[in-house]
Amino acid sequence: MSKPTRSSFGSTMLEARQVRKRYKSGTATLEVLRGVDFELTRGGFTAVVGQSGSGKSTLLHLLGLLDAPDGGEVLLEGRRIDNLPAIERDRLRNTAIGMVFQAYHLLPELTAVENVLTPLLIRHGIWDWFRRRREARREAEELLDRFGLAGRLHHRPRQLSGGEMQRVAIARALITRPQVLLADEPTGNLDEESGAGIIEALGELNRDRGLSIVLVTHDAGIARQARSIVRLTAGRVETVAPAA
Amino acid sequence: MYKLLLCWRYLRTRWIALASVISVTLGVATMIVTNAVMAGFSNEMQTRIHGILSDLVFESHSLSGFQDPVWHMEEIKRAAGDQIAGMTPTVAVPAMLSFQVRNQWVTRQVMFIGIDPATHAQVSDFGQYLQHPANRQQLSFDLREGGYDTTDSQSPTETPTRPALEHAGWPHRRMRVERERLWKQRLESQADQAGPTRPVDQQVDAVLAATSEDEPPDDAAAADLPRQNPFQAARPEPQGRTMDPAKEQFTGIVPGIGLASFRNREGIDQFLTLPGDDVKITFPTAGTPPKAVSDTFTIVDFYESKMSEYDSNFVFVPIDALQRMRGMIDPQTGIPSVNSIQIRLKPGADLNEVRDRLRKVFPADLYAIATWRDKQGPLLSAVDMEMAVLNILLFLIIAVAGFGILAIFFMIVVEKTRDIGILKALGATATGIAGIFLGYGLFLGLVGAGAGLALGLGITWNINQIRQAVEWCTGARVFDPSIYYFFQIPTIVNPATISWIIVGAVAIAVGSSVLPAVRAARLHAVEALRHE
Repeated sequence: MSKPTRSSFGSTMLEARQVRKRYKSGTATLEVLRGVDFELTRGGFTAVVGQSGSGKSTLLHLLGLLDAPDGGEVLLEGRRIDNLPAIERDRLRNTAIGMVFQAYHLLPELTAVENVLTPLLIRHGIWDWFRRRREARREAEELLDRFGLAGRLHHRPRQLSGGEMQRVAIARALITRPQVLLADEPTGNLDEESGAGIIEALGELNRDRGLSIVLVTHDAGIARQARSIVRLTAGRVETVAPAA
Repeated sequence: MYKLLLCWRYLRTRWIALASVISVTLGVATMIVTNAVMAGFSNEMQTRIHGILSDLVFESHSLSGFQDPVWHMEEIKRAAGDQIAGMTPTVAVPAMLSFQVRNQWVTRQVMFIGIDPATHAQVSDFGQYLQHPANRQQLSFDLREGGYDTTDSQSPTETPTRPALEHAGWPHRRMRVERERLWKQRLESQADQAGPTRPVDQQVDAVLAATSEDEPPDDAAAADLPRQNPFQAARPEPQGRTMDPAKEQFTGIVPGIGLASFRNREGIDQFLTLPGDDVKITFPTAGTPPKAVSDTFTIVDFYESKMSEYDSNFVFVPIDALQRMRGMIDPQTGIPSVNSIQIRLKPGADLNEVRDRLRKVFPADLYAIATWRDKQGPLLSAVDMEMAVLNILLFLIIAVAGFGILAIFFMIVVEKTRDIGILKALGATATGIAGIFLGYGLFLGLVGAGAGLALGLGITWNINQIRQAVEWCTGARVFDPSIYYFFQIPTIVNPATISWIIVGAVAIAVGSSVLPAVRAARLHAVEALRHE
């Protein structure tokens, strides 16, 4: 979470150019994205809204390199990344992009702090890990502490509430010090109060740390917390507007 | 690093996978036990066979043998003297052994072997298999004044004692002669007058009761006896002069213990005849065509190699006596013939190399030269073959366990699809994901093989106690010692074999996790994340 310098502020962080995505099921082909342009500025906070099936989650997956577009390009800091070799994309997911999901997606066998450490465990081999484990663990504990989970370090996911699980997931996304955070309906499974807490935390990260964030949501109220809103309808960008 | 952590966590939370490992464990344990027991048997058999046979056997094709063993031995020494530790000539002919048990004649088909008492022990372990301690030092064909082992000298603690051998030797012979004399007296006096019991009859009964443990005097049976001396046949007419059987013996022989005894269900040896008894042997002469001749011999010891095939087949006799009786000594020159020369090589000598050297010197149409392995080749290779087939079959058990692991791993991959998606989203590579499952398979293989190793060694080291427990529970005999004459199941734990078994089992466990691992690695991240 290196603070972006003034001069770089405003330049493009993450960009999609005319991306297309089709899903085939049997003979039917479903065009989910029909040439979407998307831009996230450095330090930006963009909400992607739209109805179910409008393709907003698919866009997020393409931006997060979880899936490859059938057409168009995805660029990170002006460099095309969607056509990189698998191992390079894996590395980018592990270092540059943090992801948060609606269903939290924590590993049930691991404790909260271990879940937060997972990306670093993936990054480092056994040897490296033994050299860095103290530092990494301290960092993970600090992150959890910041999200008010100091007393929950060694709980398993099923012992945590939804809001707590989502905060663990955010901490996991942040431990890699990503350049961009992609959140897919992070409040979808939460009650209003917990959801508001999560959005507030994201807003804080964007404001205080300059973290570039893409937030997918169907809730217009939440979307208004972002700096700009992109509305997708039936696989196309309908409007791009600064948030009120 | 996450691979290790997740493997460990999965191992701790997925007990079902451990269940699949049980078959690996059992397979490994079975293989270890089977191999140890087979190796034990095979080794025991080989030592026995080798103990009986010398390293090299130099023999003639004809039953009449070849002349002048001394010249032959010198030639052999000239050809391969640097490798030879000892040599002894032998004569072996098929023969019939007859001895009397109570009033019946028992006849057995035997191999009648003439040996040189002075040198025979140098070429094989023959001496160790005798029952008299002095004979084990130096074999003598003279009957000993008692002192035969009542315990098995080769496994003193494991086999029951043989009290029958306590009185064997001269005491047994004198007692027998005395009994025969009294019998004769009694029968003669009965022939004189069938009247009331006379003092001599009481004396006979007293002696019979004192000398016979397993033959209580049975008046009814005695009365039925034909009016002839039943021992007449056992005591042949001395030729030319009368001999006193209480003080003299015939030519000594050493029959295999299996010829003279049988082992009952309790594992106790019951003797039909003892050192000190006389037996008759019928054998062919060396002429053409061979004629059957018979002679009487006195048992002086028993031979117990614990290979029932040999112990119930071999009868040893001094070679000079056999040569004389068969007419194998040239009447003009006095040079004897022998059937074969037994050769013991120096330790570390190459059996086959020496055999080939001798084969070059001696024409193959006159002499057969073979190593002990050649002679027992079919048996030894049959054992090796058996072991190989058994190992293949048992390895299939572990292979079946591999399919169990395959199925359970597929299940776990399906169950963990979402977790796999999460790991991919966090940047785990395809190889990394595959590595989790391969590592998991490796863990399970190691755990299974380790447990199998412990179980297998545990069973192997306690196999005789387990055998006893099973026999006690079921009442059935699991291991019949009368077949191979050892009371313990022999085992040899061969570290190389065990390493192969373990490596094989672990390889199968890892191998069967390859398919599930590849499947996991190929899962599509987005689809995996959506998996419920």
